[in-house]
Amino acid sequence: MIELRHLSKTFESKKKNEDVLALNDVSLHVKKGEIFGVIGYSGAGKSTLVRCVNYLERPTSGEVIIDGAELGEMSTEQLRQARQNIGMIFQGFNLLTTANVYDNIAIPLKLTGVSSSEIKKRVDKYLNIVGLADKKKVFPNQLSGGQKQRVAIARALSHEPEVLLSDEATSALDPETTDAILDLLLKINREFGITILLITHEMHVIQKICDQVAVMENGQVIEQGKVIDIYTQPKNKTTEKFVSSIFPSDIPDTIIDDLEKQGPIINLTFVGHSADQPALSMLSKQFDIQSNILSGNIVQLKDQPFGKLTAHIQGDKVETDKALAYLQEQGVKVSEVKRRG
Amino acid sequence: MVKLMNEILAFIDRWSGLIWESTIETFQMVSISLIISIIIGLPLGVLLVLSRPGKSLGNKYLSGFLNVIINIIRSVPFIILLFTLLPFTRFIVGTSMGVRGVIVPLVVFTAPYIARLMESALLEVDKGVIEAYEAMGIRTRDIIWHVMVREAKPSIILGITIAVIGLIGATAMAGLVGAGGLGDVAYRFGHLRYEPVVMYATIVILIIIIQVIQTLGNQIADRAKKD
Ligand SMILES: Nc1ncnc2c1ncn2[C@@H]1O[C@H](COP(=O)(O)OP(=O)(O)OP(=O)(O)O)[C@@H](O)[C@H]1O
Ligand SMILES: [Mg+2]
Repeated sequence: MIELRHLSKTFESKKKNEDVLALNDVSLHVKKGEIFGVIGYSGAGKSTLVRCVNYLERPTSGEVIIDGAELGEMSTEQLRQARQNIGMIFQGFNLLTTANVYDNIAIPLKLTGVSSSEIKKRVDKYLNIVGLADKKKVFPNQLSGGQKQRVAIARALSHEPEVLLSDEATSALDPETTDAILDLLLKINREFGITILLITHEMHVIQKICDQVAVMENGQVIEQGKVIDIYTQPKNKTTEKFVSSIFPSDIPDTIIDDLEKQGPIINLTFVGHSADQPALSMLSKQFDIQSNILSGNIVQLKDQPFGKLTAHIQGDKVETDKALAYLQEQGVKVSEVKRRG
Repeated sequence: MVKLMNEILAFIDRWSGLIWESTIETFQMVSISLIISIIIGLPLGVLLVLSRPGKSLGNKYLSGFLNVIINIIRSVPFIILLFTLLPFTRFIVGTSMGVRGVIVPLVVFTAPYIARLMESALLEVDKGVIEAYEAMGIRTRDIIWHVMVREAKPSIILGITIAVIGLIGATAMAGLVGAGGLGDVAYRFGHLRYEPVVMYATIVILIIIIQVIQTLGNQIADRAKKD
């Protein structure tokens, strides 16, 4: 549905040698009906990337292919038409402050040539979907952030696009509202089959609704794949940092030193079914060891649970080795925790 | 008491005709030149924004030219503009005297001001909203009208209110070319013929007019915030 081929974008600066290479040879493929997340720290080039997808920003080189058509080859008029098939929502909502909720959705429809009877139908339909049917006459400054984003989503959906781009749509919202908006995005993805490309700096967003994820750093995609794979086997330092942001399990070196004398400290990673089995409690029964959980967490990824435990295993070398081998047989990924210093 | 009443009646009897007439003249000068200034100023303001480098009509030379011209006109005090423009005025409207003669310099004085305030009002419009509309595939000209002008409307109206008040001030000098008006009455009778009461009466009327205009402007701007 969305194919980006070798995209690069350079922002020229007045001073010759201070040009910014915001995108450096980025290639992505977002399949139809998928929710694809791009995560990265501030300045990684995420916004530049989504803005290239609808040519709000013209890439310096490379191709953007939406639904088989290359945007770079289009005339202004064709690009305008193509954009009507690509919805976009923003961190700042970007509603008209001088128009009420109804008009905020109706005006763009009118300007893209939708008939007035159809406009009325669509505004009602999509306000219902986002749950704001009773706010038609209200002005944006009387709405909460979450409600404003709902209006913006309804505005985007009302053009009935096949693709929805989201530039940090939940970054200005509190955690609860964020979850509600993410649920809404998931719902429209499932109900209408809209392909969603979203960018964020929160792992939570990726974990909750994305199928695929790409990690960006310095204008490049440094890792991409299924969300579950990135969680279980992060290959890159930055990816690891993002993953550990939801599993804050740093153990102080002094404690590691202390504990290691009595047995290894291990990280256990559970995926899918193995996440809800009492693997650890079985250990103490089957082997002559004692296990002690230092920290742990289970999160719900979009379609399977994923858990991570840090535990201390006490016992003699032979027994602990047997225990770890047993865990691995059960489909649990085991890695030893070492001191960082 | 009765004496004072009689004096007031006599004053009204003697001067009301003149003051009424000059109030009408002021209104004429202000409204005609305001309308023409808006017709010229608003599109000029839009052009100032669009011709900025990086905007949709981005053109260094056009934008530079417009800016220089507007700055030159805006640096000349009205009274000097009035005299400098005499030949030009005569060329345009056939005379440089009377209400007709003063409209041209008033427009030259006010239109660039309105263009500037239009420019700054449009630049204040949230870039994000404009971008959202671009992303929806909406034409630039529709964005100018339905997003930029619409969102800027409250500050445009407040700006025009200030322009009107400035215009009223400028019309006070219109007497110099025989256009009359309230300011002229205050100057001629109050200063030259030493009738201070006439001067105070016109000042009171001017104060009332300006109060009314400012209040009205504020209210319309408030209403434009949500319509
Ligand atoms: N219009 C521009 N002109 C010049 N440089 C720009 C422009 N837009 C972005 N950049 C630069 O490009 C780089 C990437 O910016 P971008 O906004 O894409 O980052 P981001 O990943 O979205 O960051 P954030 O999370 O802070 O939004 C930054 O170094 C930024 O300074
Ligand atoms: Mg950004």
